[in-house]
Amino acid sequence: MESLLVQYLPILIFLGIAIVLSVIFVGAAVLVAKQAPDDEKLSAYECGFDAFEESRNQFDVRFYLVAILFIIFDLEVAFLFPWAVSLGEIGVYGFWSMMIFLGVLTVGFVYEWKKGALEWE
Amino acid sequence: MVFNEVIPNLGIALPEIVMAVGALALLMVGVFSTADKAYRLVTNLAAALLLLTAILLITQVGGERQVTFGGMFVSDGFAIFTKILVLIGSGISLLMAERFLKEHNVAKFEYPVLVVLATLGMMAMISANNFLSLYIGLELQSLALYVLASINRDRNRSTEAGLKYFVLGALSSGMLLFGISYIYGFAGSIEFDVLAETLASGEASVGVIVGLVFLIAALAFKISAVPFHMWTPDVYEGAPTPVTAFFASAPKVAALALFVRVMIGAFPDMLHEWQQVVIFISIASMFVGAFLALVQTNIKRLMAYSSIGHVGFALVGLAAGTQEGITALLIYVAIYLTMTLGAFGAILSMRRGDGMVESIHDLAGLSRTNLPMALAIATFMFSLAGIPLLAGFFGKWEVFKAAVNADLVPLAIIGVLTSVVGAFYYLRVIKIMFFDDPAPAFEGGAGRTVSLVIGVTAIVNSPVSFLLISPLTVAAAWAAGSLLY
Amino acid sequence: MDFPVEILPALAFYMFAAITVASGFLVIFAKNPVHSVLWLILAFFSAAGLFVLMGAEFLAMLLVIVYVGAVAVLFLFVVMMLDINFEELREGALDYIPIGALIGLILLAELVTLGSAWVVGEDITRNAAAPMPSVAEVHNTEAIGQILYTDYIYAFQGAGLVLLVAMIGAIVLTHRTRTGVRRQNISAQVSRRPEDAFELVNVKSGEGVSLTPGKKG
Repeated sequence: MESLLVQYLPILIFLGIAIVLSVIFVGAAVLVAKQAPDDEKLSAYECGFDAFEESRNQFDVRFYLVAILFIIFDLEVAFLFPWAVSLGEIGVYGFWSMMIFLGVLTVGFVYEWKKGALEWE
Repeated sequence: MVFNEVIPNLGIALPEIVMAVGALALLMVGVFSTADKAYRLVTNLAAALLLLTAILLITQVGGERQVTFGGMFVSDGFAIFTKILVLIGSGISLLMAERFLKEHNVAKFEYPVLVVLATLGMMAMISANNFLSLYIGLELQSLALYVLASINRDRNRSTEAGLKYFVLGALSSGMLLFGISYIYGFAGSIEFDVLAETLASGEASVGVIVGLVFLIAALAFKISAVPFHMWTPDVYEGAPTPVTAFFASAPKVAALALFVRVMIGAFPDMLHEWQQVVIFISIASMFVGAFLALVQTNIKRLMAYSSIGHVGFALVGLAAGTQEGITALLIYVAIYLTMTLGAFGAILSMRRGDGMVESIHDLAGLSRTNLPMALAIATFMFSLAGIPLLAGFFGKWEVFKAAVNADLVPLAIIGVLTSVVGAFYYLRVIKIMFFDDPAPAFEGGAGRTVSLVIGVTAIVNSPVSFLLISPLTVAAAWAAGSLLY
Repeated sequence: MDFPVEILPALAFYMFAAITVASGFLVIFAKNPVHSVLWLILAFFSAAGLFVLMGAEFLAMLLVIVYVGAVAVLFLFVVMMLDINFEELREGALDYIPIGALIGLILLAELVTLGSAWVVGEDITRNAAAPMPSVAEVHNTEAIGQILYTDYIYAFQGAGLVLLVAMIGAIVLTHRTRTGVRRQNISAQVSRRPEDAFELVNVKSGEGVSLTPGKKG
């Protein structure tokens, strides 16, 4: 077996244990526990009265803005991993290449900040 | 080790680098200047940046074909010619936008910045010499265009246009990548030069052809050729008019140039395979452009169908696959750019007290209320229809001649027939302007820049154009020649 | 008896592949959209497992970080909070099954062509000659790092600009500056002196006091 995969063996074993355990717990609950569901038990609990409305609500688009900006910087960080690993070999050129990339996104960040997109009020 | 430490020759890509740095600088200028001045300041600076880039490109004229960034980026006559057209289209549509955007409360300084970034993407598309750089350029352009389409975010039509454009654009990007992965799998490379060399020998495998067809389908989306044109009328109608003017000019040129670059640059010896598909989409576009435009009453939708038809005519030149054909395509595209910018300038001038009007019938009797404007619009319509003595005729003449010389006589005949049908709806606009009972006059005009654009493009499209055609032909022939090295 | 370790990768492959396909189906067929997204996350995870088996560790990690960590969470966000009745949306979805099946068949046919018609010519092997050193020598995060920032600098910087456009686009389309919002301004708050904040007025009886704020107010 390739040495690369051997390194992942513990994760595989861990996954196996996790799957087996969760199947046992859920399965045991289904098999052993005494279940007698009725309407009242299954309804949503709202201080004793019936639910007024759906739990879904329109929400402010600002949540999206934050999430999207997060994804963009998440992707940016993803580019940093291979760079950090191989920095020794790609030398000064590779270093400045990343600095330019970060520079472009820093300009974007400054823009974001000045626009107030990061403020919540 | 496979990597190299050699810094690529940046001089070849200098115009792009200047554009990129300029775009970042514009963003900073915009965000740090006061809100009410930012739009005008950044727009003027953006126009200056586009001009500077065009000058830098002109200084490259006469050079050899050069590649840099490990063969990902190519600069040749074809690239310079089409990039200058793109810069003209972007610059003029940017300058025409001001009044409209201010009136609709969308005069944000991001608008010029996004136009510059989209233009940068187009330049990257034109100079792509590798599927990876092609894709990056295409996405840079498309992403900026999606945002521009829905920039008037408080208006449903505008957001709808942006969303439709985005969803279909994403679909076409998916098809593009699917096609590219097939080509890579069966031909072993994504570099155009290597592909051309690999595929020159022997039969192409089925896989490459399947990939090629997907690729053409995706590119047809971008140039809005039939059967991938569905988004065009809705997006043209829904997007704010200056954005539509931009969509109809610069990205069209860039996408057509990209189409030519991929077909001629990467698959020169698969002419027989792609020629059939290009002929099909060319005929279909000419038909749809001619027949569906007949029933339109909104002038922006009319221009959308008109642009679909014109893409069909331009593709006749590509279908020929010869140097003459590419020259004709470039001439056609250059003339189309002037016609479409002028026509959209005229549309931007159509305003009455309560805002912009877009129906063809609002033009009724324009000759009696505003004769110069009516004459200018008549010039554009005659030119778009391809009536002899006007510039548009010359473009059509060139592509049909190229098709006949490449033994595609039926294609040329169909082209002539559809342009006769198409002439009908252009002439209908003229009839409405000159012979119908006058509608209330337009008010206020659209500002000096727009009037200037209308005037200049009208003159360029008038019979005066015969003075300009020989230099244009020389330039286009030089550009096409550099492609088929 | 020794456990045949060699078959572990194959076993793992079948396990991950089965989970990926099954959870893919469940994404489509789950009634509750929140469950769909959860199944999607499971599909991402098992696809990451498949990537690891192919030696593409970096892609596997990216899938977990970017797709599970960000994209799927955004999806969850949307389906949990958006005010849309998904039951209604789903009505009539079954009508599209023929078209969906047709597209599926076309894709299947393409996969079959890929499998059967793959003729590897001489030129192609030369073109595709191992662009990457083998996993044993250089692990693949490093292999990507060695070329991404130097040989592919053009695409890399282009990607940076694409991200920038995404950032500008998100802000242009969604950001609003609200008026009448009271924000914290710490320096102004700290440097506020009593004399800026209030003023003492001697009120004479029978005259009252004007409530219009003074200069200092």
